[in-house]
Order: sequence, then structure tokens, then C-alpha cells
Amino acid sequence: MPLLELKKVFKAFGGLMAVNDVSFQVDKGEIFGLIGPNGSGKTTIFNCICQFFPITSGDIIFNGQSIKGLKTHQICQAGIGRTFQVVKPLARMTVRDNVTASAFCRVNGIREAQYEADKILEYCHLDMSSAKPAKSLPIAGRKRLEIARALATRPTLLLLDETAAGLNPTEVDEAIALIKRIRDDGITILIVEHIMKVIMTISDRIHAINFGQTIAQGTPQETANNQAVIEAYLGEDYA
Amino acid sequence: MVAHRLLWGLVGLFFIAFPIIVPSDYYQHLIIIVLMWVVIGSSWNLLAGFTGQISFGHAIFFGVGAYTAGIFATKLGISAWWGLACGGIASMAVALFVGWVCFRLRGPYFALATLAGGEIFRLLATNWESLTEGMVGILIIQTFRSKLPYYYIALGLALTCVLSIHFVMKSKWGYYFVSIREDQDTAEAMGIDTALYKNISLLISAFFTGTAGAFYMNYMGFIDPEVVFHLNYISIMAILVAIVGGAATIWGPAVGAFVMVLVQETFRSAFFGLAPKWVSQGHALVFGLLVIFVIMYLSNGIVGDWRKIKGIFSRAA
Repeated sequence: MPLLELKKVFKAFGGLMAVNDVSFQVDKGEIFGLIGPNGSGKTTIFNCICQFFPITSGDIIFNGQSIKGLKTHQICQAGIGRTFQVVKPLARMTVRDNVTASAFCRVNGIREAQYEADKILEYCHLDMSSAKPAKSLPIAGRKRLEIARALATRPTLLLLDETAAGLNPTEVDEAIALIKRIRDDGITILIVEHIMKVIMTISDRIHAINFGQTIAQGTPQETANNQAVIEAYLGEDYA
Repeated sequence: MVAHRLLWGLVGLFFIAFPIIVPSDYYQHLIIIVLMWVVIGSSWNLLAGFTGQISFGHAIFFGVGAYTAGIFATKLGISAWWGLACGGIASMAVALFVGWVCFRLRGPYFALATLAGGEIFRLLATNWESLTEGMVGILIIQTFRSKLPYYYIALGLALTCVLSIHFVMKSKWGYYFVSIREDQDTAEAMGIDTALYKNISLLISAFFTGTAGAFYMNYMGFIDPEVVFHLNYISIMAILVAIVGGAATIWGPAVGAFVMVLVQETFRSAFFGLAPKWVSQGHALVFGLLVIFVIMYLSNGIVGDWRKIKGIFSRAA
């Protein structure tokens, strides 16, 4: 049984069909990549999974149960963690408090939550910045904070939205290492990414979309050589 | 930091002994009003400063608390002091409804909705004469001649309110409130039931504000819709108290209450009789100027920007 399954999902915003008949399955333990040019609907798909808005039709099944109609916080509690493409640090809180607040999803009590937070900050190499306000972090730190916050909710499935965007090559390598470590620790990952180096090196399988529709699916090799994918990306920068 | 603690201890002792040290009715009244505003300002601060939901309608809860006490006395024939116990609860009940309606909106729209709510309740109180006596208002005989008991009740209320908020903010709820303030969508994605916690914050805020309203009924002996549901003198004043003192700090509203009541009284009495009569109309203007000054230079309020203030004085010296 796949961990996550999207069945013929449609999402319309008025007259615009942002997600047009998208179906795929994510198996436990894999890193599943979602690629597509800007505006193709990738983040919208994430928003559909997290129920930021209701889907127009279709179904989303997580761990064998439909999560359609659940509230966003219930989806988090069910085990789906999420990072945002445009990083949203809880700016005026400290880095530690950001992750502590997240940890309350799974533990009660301040000390337990802070302990959890400290462990995760160390895991994500943020322990040095733990007492600083989140807004003081540079972009690489903010991206890691997004991941740390999501990890504090002990997800079974982690949705990563453009985690490597805006990072320099060294930081990209660190991000790749972190993502691999997370997968090795048993968390399934669904990753949206623009930077080909990231997606091609770490994904087990890739699903490509354009204009809300599926254009290809398969291993990184197959997808990279797919005609439709190459056409869709014509003119895009390759990392 | 022994000197620090000693100083605060002295301040605390001063407030405890104040009505005995200063037997003047006038000054006792002023500090009682300050203490009442500590409660209202701190309550507003919990919802707005800490949870980020900027209410322009806190008069709703103040008025409901006041009228609960008043109606107990006039309609149920029981002491208005029962209103002190129940005013907060009645306000919480109203808050459930207000939250259900207004939390669908965010930011400035939420503010406008609460502002409208305040006006709606004022009109309700004005027109529902069989319940509230309308514009005639409610008049009760005050229980105590001396201001001393009222002073200590107000002091107790203020301390309870501030300490309760302090402990709430240190708990899981505190983390959740601030997370909602910083980014509501992120908070949801972190597993926080934002609808629930916004309402919890509102309920606590309404409880203390309503209790303050009930206290006002008991202390002043007279209320009418214009007084307790007033947009400027209640709702906006609550906002000013918290912002000038320092929103999102624990002691900010207490400092703000002191400053704002002081400014208000200085102008209302035309600098205690020293300035020409027309100055007494100036307090609204000064409020406005004060808010502009605070927003431009001390955006975290007096308490929030205390370091900055100290810095100015040490450089000048």
C-alpha cells in the first residue's frame, strides 16, 4: 500500500484549472520528486495535500485513509509535515522557540518540548543559532528552520517545497545531505524542486507536471530524457 | 540584581500602601482607574499583542460585564457584587459568539468587524430598554463609602490578571498564541488548531475585561450605553494603553495604563487647574500625538523599547 496516493485530483480556482487530473503514488521510504516549470501547479498540489483549500474533485489517501476534508492542523497531526517555498520563519520568536512550538504537536510540557527542539536543532545544524530571533537567520538557516519545524511534528511523510532554492552550491550540498539523512531515518519525502542537481541526485522516482497536468513519470534518468519534459523546461536554468 | 528586586519590591509596597499613604479621594480614584485599565489593557494585549488579533471592540466585553452586574442589581434584586463573579463569565459567553463571527476574518477586517460589534452592542443596550433601561442607564447604591475596599479589589484584579497572563504566556498556549500571531498558516501546518487557540485567547481576554466592567459598575454606581460601550473611551483607550506601554510585553499595559490615565487626567483637569479651560478638550489631540510619537520612535512601547529609552538618557548625560 502506498503511503500517499493522489487519485485524479482536480483543483480549480474559478476558471483556472491549476491541478488537472493528477494522480501518483508515493511509497514508504522513498524520495519522490515533483518537478515542473514555474507556475505548473507544484505548490498547489502541496496545498491540496495539506488542505489549505478543498480540492475540486478526486481523492487524496494517506496511510490508507482519505484525508480529503480534514483541517490543515489535523493533517499535520496525522503525520504529514510541510515546508513552505517562501520561507515563513516565526520571525520574532527565537529559533529554539520556533521548533519548540512545533514540538508541542507530539509532546506535552515545556521541558519535553524544549528537549525535543534542542535535539532537532542539533540534527539540522541550527544549534548554534538557537537563541537568536528567527528573522536574523540567513536564507540557508531559514530553510533549515523550515525543515526543523516540520521534523518536530514527527512526520511520516515530509513535503519539501523548494528547499534548495536561493542557496549557494555549498549550501545545496548540505541540504542534499540533510534530506538523505532524513530519509535514512525512516521519513518518506515528497520533494518539489527546481534545481536539477538536487532532484536528479536524490529522487527515487520523479513526476513531472506542466500547466497542472502530468507530462511524465519515472526514474530520474527516464524523466530527464523525456521529450515533453525537455520541451517544458526549454529556456529554464539548469543547476 | 539585588538593587533591581529591591526597587520593584518598593514599588509593590507603595501600591499596596498607597490609599493609606495618600488619603485623598481624588488620587485614590485616579489609581483605581489606572488599575482598571491595567486589567483591560493587559486583556487586550493578550489577544492583540500576543495572539495578533487586533480587536477594536473590547468595549463589548467591558460593557457586557458592567451590565451583568447592573442587571443583577436592578432586575434580579441581588447584589451587584455577584456581577463581579459573573461579569467575566457573561463576557466569555458573548466572546464565543463574537469569535465565531469575527475570526473568519483576518487583520484589518477582523478589526473592523470587532469595531462594528462594539457599536452593535452599544445600540443593543440603548434600545433594549426593558433589560438595560436604555439611555436612562443603571444606577445602584455603592456598597462602600470609602474608596479603600474598591482600591484593594482593583489591585487584586490587576495583579490576578497580569499574573494569569504571565503564566499563560509561559505555557504551551503562549507558544501557540505567538505562533498564530507570527504566521497563522504556518501555525496550522505545525499542527496548531488556530481556530481553537484564537478563541481561547479571546475567552481569557474577554473574561478579565468583563470582570473589569463589572467592577466599574460596582465602583462608579452608574453606567449607561454611552459610557461602557464607548468606542473611543473604552475600545480605543484599551489599544492605546497597550501600545504606548508596550504591546506583547507583560508589564507594558500596566505602564501604559499609568501613562494614559495620567495624560488624560492632566488634560481633562487643564493641567490641574493651572492652564486655561480650553486645554481640557485637548486630551484627544494629545493621545493622537502620543500614539504617532510611539509608533514612529518607540514602536515597542515604553516597556518594549526600554533599552532605547535608557540609551537616550545615558547619551544625554
